[in-house]
Amino acid sequence: MTRTPQSLPQGRRLGRIDGDVAGILLLAALLIIVLPLGLDIFRLNMVGKYLTYAFVALGLVLCWGSAGILSLGQGIFFGIGGYCMAMFLKLEASSPEATKIQSTPGIPDFMDWNQLKELPWFWEPFHSLTFATIAVVAVPALLAFIVGLAMFKRRVGGVYFAIITQAFAAILTILIIGQQGYTGGINGITDLRTLKGWDIRTDEAKLVLYFVNAALLIGCILLCLHVRRSKLGRILVALRDKEDRVRFSGYDVANFKIFVFCFAAALSAVGGAMFTLQVGFMSPSFVGIVPSIEMVIYCAVGGRLSLLGAVYGTLLVNWAKTMLSESFPELWLFAMGALFIGVVMVFPNGLAGLYQQFIAPRLGRLLPRPASRASAPIIPPHTAAD
Amino acid sequence: MSSDKINADKTIGGLPSPLRRKLLLGMAALPAVGLLPRGALAQALPTDAVNTTKLAVTDSTVKVGILHSTTGTMAISETGSVQAEKLAIAQINEMGGVLGRKIEVIQEDGASDWPTFAEKARKLLVEDKVAAVFGCWTSASRKAVLPVFEQYNGMLYYPTFYEGLEQSKNVIYTGQEATQQILAGLDWVTKEKGAKSFFLIGSDYIWPRTSNKIARKHIEMHGQKVVGEEYFPLGHTQFNSVINKIKLTKPDVIYASVVGGSNVAFYKQLKAAGIDLNKQTLMTISVTEDEMLGIGGENIAGAYACMKYFQSLKNPNNEKFVAAFKKMWGGESVIGDVTQAGYLGPWLWKLTAEKAKSFDVDKIAAASPGIEFTGAPEGYVRVHENHHLWSKTRVGRARTDGQFDVVFETADLIEPNPFPKGYQ
Repeated sequence: MTRTPQSLPQGRRLGRIDGDVAGILLLAALLIIVLPLGLDIFRLNMVGKYLTYAFVALGLVLCWGSAGILSLGQGIFFGIGGYCMAMFLKLEASSPEATKIQSTPGIPDFMDWNQLKELPWFWEPFHSLTFATIAVVAVPALLAFIVGLAMFKRRVGGVYFAIITQAFAAILTILIIGQQGYTGGINGITDLRTLKGWDIRTDEAKLVLYFVNAALLIGCILLCLHVRRSKLGRILVALRDKEDRVRFSGYDVANFKIFVFCFAAALSAVGGAMFTLQVGFMSPSFVGIVPSIEMVIYCAVGGRLSLLGAVYGTLLVNWAKTMLSESFPELWLFAMGALFIGVVMVFPNGLAGLYQQFIAPRLGRLLPRPASRASAPIIPPHTAAD
Repeated sequence: MSSDKINADKTIGGLPSPLRRKLLLGMAALPAVGLLPRGALAQALPTDAVNTTKLAVTDSTVKVGILHSTTGTMAISETGSVQAEKLAIAQINEMGGVLGRKIEVIQEDGASDWPTFAEKARKLLVEDKVAAVFGCWTSASRKAVLPVFEQYNGMLYYPTFYEGLEQSKNVIYTGQEATQQILAGLDWVTKEKGAKSFFLIGSDYIWPRTSNKIARKHIEMHGQKVVGEEYFPLGHTQFNSVINKIKLTKPDVIYASVVGGSNVAFYKQLKAAGIDLNKQTLMTISVTEDEMLGIGGENIAGAYACMKYFQSLKNPNNEKFVAAFKKMWGGESVIGDVTQAGYLGPWLWKLTAEKAKSFDVDKIAAASPGIEFTGAPEGYVRVHENHHLWSKTRVGRARTDGQFDVVFETADLIEPNPFPKGYQ
C-alpha cells in the first residue's frame, strides 16, 4: 500500500496517531520509571547525558528525515545552547567572594588567567537566568536563520549545504579555541556549581535534572510530532521528494527550509543546555565536525524518519560507545564508520525501519488493531544517499 | 620511618646490577622481609586511626585510582604515565606498602574525553572511595576533574608540565609549572647562542599560549625581540606557511610548543624546507622521548628540549629506574619527562602518608609541603607550600637515536611559582 514516501494515504492517519502515542508512552515509561529504578545515580546521569544528544537527533529527523536537508553542523547549535547556559552558571560561580584570590575578582577564572580586567560586554546579560534561558533557544535559532537565509534563498542545498554547515562547525570551534580569554578556549567553561543557589553537583540535583531532561525530551517529541502531522510537515516531505513541484505550486520553498532548520537548531540547543546542567561544564569538543557527524549517526542508526527511532538510536550508539571504547579502543572508530556506511547502504531506515519491517507485522498479528498497519514510509536506498 | 626507606633505597642503588635487579623485583627476599613490619605497622596504626573519613582502607590494603586515557587520541601520551605509576606502586608494595598496607589499584579510562574524565573521577571518589588518584594529562582533563576532587575532597597527583595559574588543596602537581620550564632555558639559549630574536610557534590552547606569554615577557624584559608568534589548531599538519615566515624573519631561535601529532608534520616539513637544526637553533618545550618516537630522531636531531628530566640522565636513581621500567614494560619502551613525573606521584603520596600517619585527604594535603623524595630519577625533589615541586630545569639536545644529550642543568632547584608576578 505504500507506493512512495510522498503519498500519505488518508485512511492511515487514525492508525498513525495510535501507534505514535503508544510508542511515546512506552518511551516515557522506560525513561521515567524503568531506568531510574534499574540504574544507580551514576549510570542514570550517564543516560541523562546521552538523552541530551537525542534532542539533536530529533531535530535531524525533521530537518534531514522529513525535509531532506542534511546538516553536518548540528554541534554548532548544541554547543551554543550549552555555552549560553554555561555562561550563566559560570557567572553565578564567579561571585567576587568566590574569586577573591584572582587579580580581578568577580570575573570567571579563565578570563583572569588571560589577563582580562573586566567582563566583556556580551557576557553582561548572562547574569540573568531569564535572558540566558531565552538565549539558549534564540541565539542558535537566529544563527540558523541567518545561515538558512543565506543558503536556501540562493537555492544552495544537498551536499553543498552539508559541506557548508561542516565549515561553520569548524569555524566556530576555531573561534572558541582561539578566543580563550572570552570563551575558555579548549578547556571550555568548567567548574559550574549552582543554579540560583541550588547546587547542581549533588546526587539529588542530578536526579531532578534527569527527570526534567526526560520530560523536556518527551515534550519535544510531541512538538515534533505535531509539526510532522501538520500541513507544514506534509510540505516538508513534498519538498524533500520533488522540490520543483512544490515551488511551481506557488510555495516559497526557502521559507519552509529556513523554518525547519531553525527548529532543529533550537531543539539541539535545548539538548546542549541540559547537557551543561547535567555534566557541569561545556567545551568546544562538542561543537566541531566530529561530534556533529556523530549526532547524524545517532539519527541514522535510529532511523531518520522516526522520532522515537532517533531517541533509541542515540541511546544505543552511546551505550555501545561507552562499552566498546573500553574493550576495543582502536576499533571503535572504524566500527562507527562501518555502522554509518552500513546504515546508508543496507538499512536506510535504521532501527525504526527494521522494527517496521520485521517486528511490527508480527506484533500486528498478535494484537490486531489499526496501529499495526501504520508503517513509516520506507524510502528506497537511492534516496537515502542524497 | 620514611628516611629509613630512602636509605634502604640508596643501598640498593649501590649494589652490583644483577643483584640490584633481583632485589628490585622482589623475587625472593623483599616480600618476606616486608611481611614482618607490615603486620607490626598495621597493629601500631589501626585502620580507625589512619582513616577517619571512610576511605577504602582495610587492615591490609589501601585502594588508589589511576585515571588516564588508555584509549583515544591521548592514549599514546598517557600510556607512559600509567606504566610509571604502576611501576612505582609495584615497588612500594614490594617494600611493604604504605603504613603497612598494600596498595590496590583501580584503573579507569578517561578515553581522551573530558566529560568522561569527570565521570570516572566521580566514580573513583564516590563509589570506590580511593585514598588518592594518580592521573590526568591534558589541562582540559584536569580542569574537568578539579571540581569533582574539590567537591568530594579527593587527592589528585597530576604529572604533566602545565601552564600554572592554578593551585588546589586537592592536587599535587608533580610536573613543572610554566616558569620552571621556560625561564632557565631562555637564559641558557641567550648566553650560549647569543640569541637576540625569537619566533614563537605553538598549538592553539591554553598551555602553549600561556607559556609563550611568559616567554615573550621574559624575552622582551631582556631587550630581545619576538619576531613572530603563531598558533595552529591541535592536529594541524600544514606548516609550510609558517616555515616560510621563519625563513623570511630569520630568527635566532625557533621556540616551539607544538603538541601531539602536529609535531611529526612540523619537524618533517622543517627538514624538507631545508632548515637544518644543527645550524638553526630550535628550542622546544613539548618534545620528550615519547614524541621523538613519532617524529623520528633523524628529523629533529640537533633541536634543544627544555625539560626537567631526560631518560639519559646520569645518576644512580635514574639508572635503577630506567632498568626497572624496561624490565617491567619492555626494552623498547622510552621514558619521557611526564612519565618520570608520573613515577613521583605514588612515592610522594607514600612518603606523605607516612609523615601524616594517616590516609585522610585533609592530613595528606596539610603534610605535603616539605616532603622530600631523594629517590627521584630526576634527582632530589621537594614539595612546595603551593603543592608544586621544587625541581631543576635541564636542556637536552636531540640525537638521531631518539634520546637527548643533557647539555645544561640549573645548579639549584627552581622554586615553583604558578602565579608569576610580572609575567601576566
